Amino acid sequence: MGMKNNSSKGNFQSQPGLQKSIVSGKIVFKKYCISCHQADGGGVPNMNPPLIQTSFVLGSKDTLINIVLNGLKNVDIDDETYNNPMPALGTVLKDQQIADVLTYVRNSFGNKASAISAAEVKEVRSKKK
Amino acid sequence: MKKSIFYGSLITVVTFCIFSFTKISSLQSGHLPKVNSDNAGLTLPAGFNASIVADHLGEVRHIAVTKEGDIYAKLGGAKNGKGILFLKNNNGSLEEQNGFGDYGGTAMRINGGYLYASSNTTVYRYKLNENDEVIDPSNPETIVTGLLDRGEHNSKSVTFDNDGNIYVNIGAYSNSCQVQDRTPGSMGRPGCPILDSAGGIWQFKADKADQTYGDGTHYAIGLRNVVGLDWNHQDNSLFVMQHGRDQLHDLFPQYYTDKESAILPAECMYEIHKGDNAGWPYIYYDQIQKKQILMPEYGGNGKKTSDKKYLNPVIAFPGHLAPNDLLFYTGNQFPEKYRNGAFIAFHGSWNRSPEPQAGYFVVFVPFKDGKPTGKWEIFADGFAGIKDIASPGNAQHRPCGLAQGPDGSLYVSDDVKGTIYRISYHK
Repeated sequence: MGMKNNSSKGNFQSQPGLQKSIVSGKIVFKKYCISCHQADGGGVPNMNPPLIQTSFVLGSKDTLINIVLNGLKNVDIDDETYNNPMPALGTVLKDQQIADVLTYVRNSFGNKASAISAAEVKEVRSKKK
Repeated sequence: MKKSIFYGSLITVVTFCIFSFTKISSLQSGHLPKVNSDNAGLTLPAGFNASIVADHLGEVRHIAVTKEGDIYAKLGGAKNGKGILFLKNNNGSLEEQNGFGDYGGTAMRINGGYLYASSNTTVYRYKLNENDEVIDPSNPETIVTGLLDRGEHNSKSVTFDNDGNIYVNIGAYSNSCQVQDRTPGSMGRPGCPILDSAGGIWQFKADKADQTYGDGTHYAIGLRNVVGLDWNHQDNSLFVMQHGRDQLHDLFPQYYTDKESAILPAECMYEIHKGDNAGWPYIYYDQIQKKQILMPEYGGNGKKTSDKKYLNPVIAFPGHLAPNDLLFYTGNQFPEKYRNGAFIAFHGSWNRSPEPQAGYFVVFVPFKDGKPTGKWEIFADGFAGIKDIASPGNAQHRPCGLAQGPDGSLYVSDDVKGTIYRISYHK
């Protein structure tokens, strides 16, 4: 499914820079995420979770940022089990890249959720441990 | 997972609905559908036809067909507390009987008057009566237990030799033994410690209760993950299909383009003898260069070979196709060229992006005396129900298990919807 980012609708979509963040995020997604989560965000049954309307994608920003920074393993997502681990990408991706890719994911595949900023990623990163 | 179907293309959704409706109608008659005129949507060689003999069973992994034409089907996850389904043949129609075994898993094989089944940690067996019915479904004998299950590659498949042994695969709980699994640039763990208890094949006694690692023989090492394995009775040896490593480009983009990564490394068939080492995680087999190549995690760059040599594959298939079952055909129904040949159920790829996914078919390789005598060919295709498979979640069916029926028909199971196909040959 295509991106839903009509800039004239929705309170968060009017934020300046949202479109730019989504475009940049798509590039990050294609480089680091697409193999496992797939171009349509559908994931791979039993292996890699979908990014479509899941509680982790649409829920707490801090939780979502933490998953990208520190990875995730052997955690059921919306009552489904996935065998492959999510790698920790905190040392691979910069704050802005994480903000962009999560903003892209939260506004693609039928998702509609608020943008994530580099400052928010930085804050979660600083709280680590 | 279910959501991905609904967010797939509209065509997929519509096809899915029509398909479901048809099958549910058939089921309501009390019998499972027997024949349909369009070869159940499959493409087959001339003279073969296919029908759906059971449908909507759940996540069917491996299957076993008895001499009476009954089917035992192992579910990946237990449904309503039943992990094994029993479909009884009633004059050509299959009727679902009471299920049993409250565990998910993969293996389902009949050997020596017993039905063998596996969870992700344990191999059980159930004694059969003279009609191949399980005598006591609630009290299986535990044959092997305590096998590693750390999520990744946790399925346990089995096969048997002629000397009372059972062979069990224990998959590596890792892609390539990186310090940080599936993390870009992370290097391999020195002396990969996973190999002491996983990433290989173990041999146990088929009739001895409560065995675990110490009771068995570490039969072969350096096999990342095997789901399909079978004993070749013509040359009395074990053959396995390895799931090769994933994500060369994702993890080492400096050495691999995404196009190279979509086809490398080979999915390998190995003939295994006791003590063999197939080389995971130190090497992979490159089917283009026809060489064992050092893994990038262990100093490789896509070209460097290893000083140490490992077992070479018997056949090298394109990467990522995910071979989930292997069966040497011993029936008489199929034409001469198929006798003693290998059928392989390829579950289909997931890590070929941005290339389309591939596999989702059953392959045939002619064999004689345990050696391939020709090139591999696609035998049955069309399981996915769509031409371009952008994402695995779009596939309507994925081949997962194979079994030979008493009349020499080939049965194929699907673990998306739980469809069982029967493929027959008519002159």
